[in-house]
Amino acid sequence: MDRQAVARGHTEMSTSRTNVVQITVWKAVLIVGLMVIAVMTSQKINAAERGTGDMGIVIERAQGTVQIVETTGRSNLSTIEGLGDLSHASAVYSRDGRYAYIFGRDGGLTKIDILTSRIVNRVIQAGNSIGGAISQDGSMVAVSNYEPGGVRVFDSGTLELIADIPAVDADGVSSKVVGLVDAPDQRFVFSLYNSGEIWIADMSDRAVPKITKFTDVGQLPYDGLITGDGRYYLAGLFGEDGLAMLDLWNPEAGVRRVLDGYGRGEEPLPVYKMPHLEGWAKAGELLFLPAVGRHEVLVVDIRSWKEVARIPVYGQPVFVVARPDGRQVWVNFAHPLNDTVQVIDVPDKRVIKELKPGKAVLHMEFTPRGENVWISVRDVGEVQIYDTRTAELIGQLPADKPSGIFFTARANRIGL
Amino acid sequence: MRKILSLLAILTVGVVPLALNAMSNNTTDNIADFRKGELTNLVVQDCGSCHGLTMRGGLGPALLPENLDGRDPEDLVAIILDGTPGTPMPPWRPELSEQEVQWIVRLLQGGIPK
Repeated sequence: MDRQAVARGHTEMSTSRTNVVQITVWKAVLIVGLMVIAVMTSQKINAAERGTGDMGIVIERAQGTVQIVETTGRSNLSTIEGLGDLSHASAVYSRDGRYAYIFGRDGGLTKIDILTSRIVNRVIQAGNSIGGAISQDGSMVAVSNYEPGGVRVFDSGTLELIADIPAVDADGVSSKVVGLVDAPDQRFVFSLYNSGEIWIADMSDRAVPKITKFTDVGQLPYDGLITGDGRYYLAGLFGEDGLAMLDLWNPEAGVRRVLDGYGRGEEPLPVYKMPHLEGWAKAGELLFLPAVGRHEVLVVDIRSWKEVARIPVYGQPVFVVARPDGRQVWVNFAHPLNDTVQVIDVPDKRVIKELKPGKAVLHMEFTPRGENVWISVRDVGEVQIYDTRTAELIGQLPADKPSGIFFTARANRIGL
Repeated sequence: MRKILSLLAILTVGVVPLALNAMSNNTTDNIADFRKGELTNLVVQDCGSCHGLTMRGGLGPALLPENLDGRDPEDLVAIILDGTPGTPMPPWRPELSEQEVQWIVRLLQGGIPK
C-alpha cells in the first residue's frame, strides 16, 4: 500500500512539473511513505532479525530503570522504566534469551522483552523479595521472599502462581529465604536464613511440589550457590565460620560442613556488606569463596572438600567470580574498600592485578567467553568495560547508580 | 529614649530566637552540607543493601519513621555505633562519629526527603 503510494508520487513528480503546489504535496507524501517504510523495517530488524546472545541488562537501582545493552558494539540499546524498588535486584533469562525476569526488592516480578524493549508483564508477588531462579525446562520462575518468608513459583509464560511454599520450620518459625537456585530434574534449592535449613523443592509434578528439608545446617545461611554442573549446593553461613554443602547426587548423605572454623577463632571484622555467592567461582576442581569478615579468599578442592589455600586480598570480598575459562578470578570488596577490584591468577593462587574503577564497585559480569568484563561503579555513575587479558579499561557507559549486570549467556547455565 | 527602648525590644525579640536557634543547631549538628550529602548517600545506598533503598526492610528490619516511632534515639544511636551482636548489623563506630550517627537517627526518624 505504502509502496504504491510512493510509486504513484514518483510518477506524478516527473510528469506534472507545472503545478508547484502539487509537487510539494507529492513530495510530502513521498517523505511520509519512506518514513513509514523505514519505521516498519527497523521494527522488524529489532524484533525478529537480531539474536540476543550478545545482549544483557544493567540494573539502575535508584530509579527503578533497566538499561538494555549489547556487548559487541558495547552500547546501550534502550532503557526501560517503571520497575519499582530495584535495590538488590537480580535477573534470570528465558531459555531463548529473549525475556528477562527481574526480581525487585519490593516483591515485584517483572518480565521484560529485551528485543522490543518493553515490559511484558509485572506482578507484585510479595511484600519484600530477594532473588529468583528459572526452572531447568524454562517453564517456571521461582522467587525467594523475605516478607512473607518463602518461595513462590510462577508460570514463566503468564506469571500465574503455580505454588506457594512458606518457609516455616517445625517450631512454627517463619524464615527469610536466601540462596534460591535451580537444580537439575526440575528442582529448586534454597536456604532458610532464620531457622538454618536447606530445602529442595521438586517441581517435576507442578501440581504437587515435593519438599525435602535439611535442618540444623548452621547459623544464619546468608546466600547459596550451585556449582555449574548442578551437583553441589553450598550455603554460606554468617553466624559461624564455615559453609553447608549438599551433594544433590547423594542427598541421602545429608548436609556436610565445609571449611569449618576457617577463621580459627579470630574475631571477624565488622561486615559492612554481605558477601554474595551467586556468581560461583569454580575454576577446574577449585572453588573460590569469600571469607566473611576477613580480607581473604578461600580456596577449596571439591574432590576432598579441604581448604587448599587462602589468598590475602585488599578488603572483605563481596563477589568472587571466575572468568568463564576458569583461568582468572575477579574480586570486589565491601564498604569502605569498595573502590578496588583485584584479579587472582588461578594456577598461582595469588593476586596479579589491581584496578581502581572508583567508589562503590557493585558487580562484575563477564562476556560469554570472558574476553571482557563489565563492572558497575555505583557512585561514579558508570559501567566500565575491561579487557580481561590486559586489565585495561576499553570502554565506559554512563548509568544511574548501576548495580547488577546480567548477560543473556546466563540463560543456558545451571544456577544463574 | 522611647525610640531606643523600642529598638532594643525589637532587637531582643528578633535576636534571642535567632541565637537560640543557632545554639540548638550547634548542639544537634555542625556537620557540613557536603558531609550530610555523603551520609545520606551512605544511608540510602549502603544501609539500603540490607534495609532496602526505601528503608522498607530486607535482610535487616524496616527503618521507616513508623517503624522507629517511639524508639529512644539514644538506643538507635547505640545500635548503629556498636552493632547488634549475633546479627549481621555491624558496628559503625570505626566509620562514623557519634554526632554523625545522631544526625542519621534524626534523618531516619523524620523520614529521608525524596
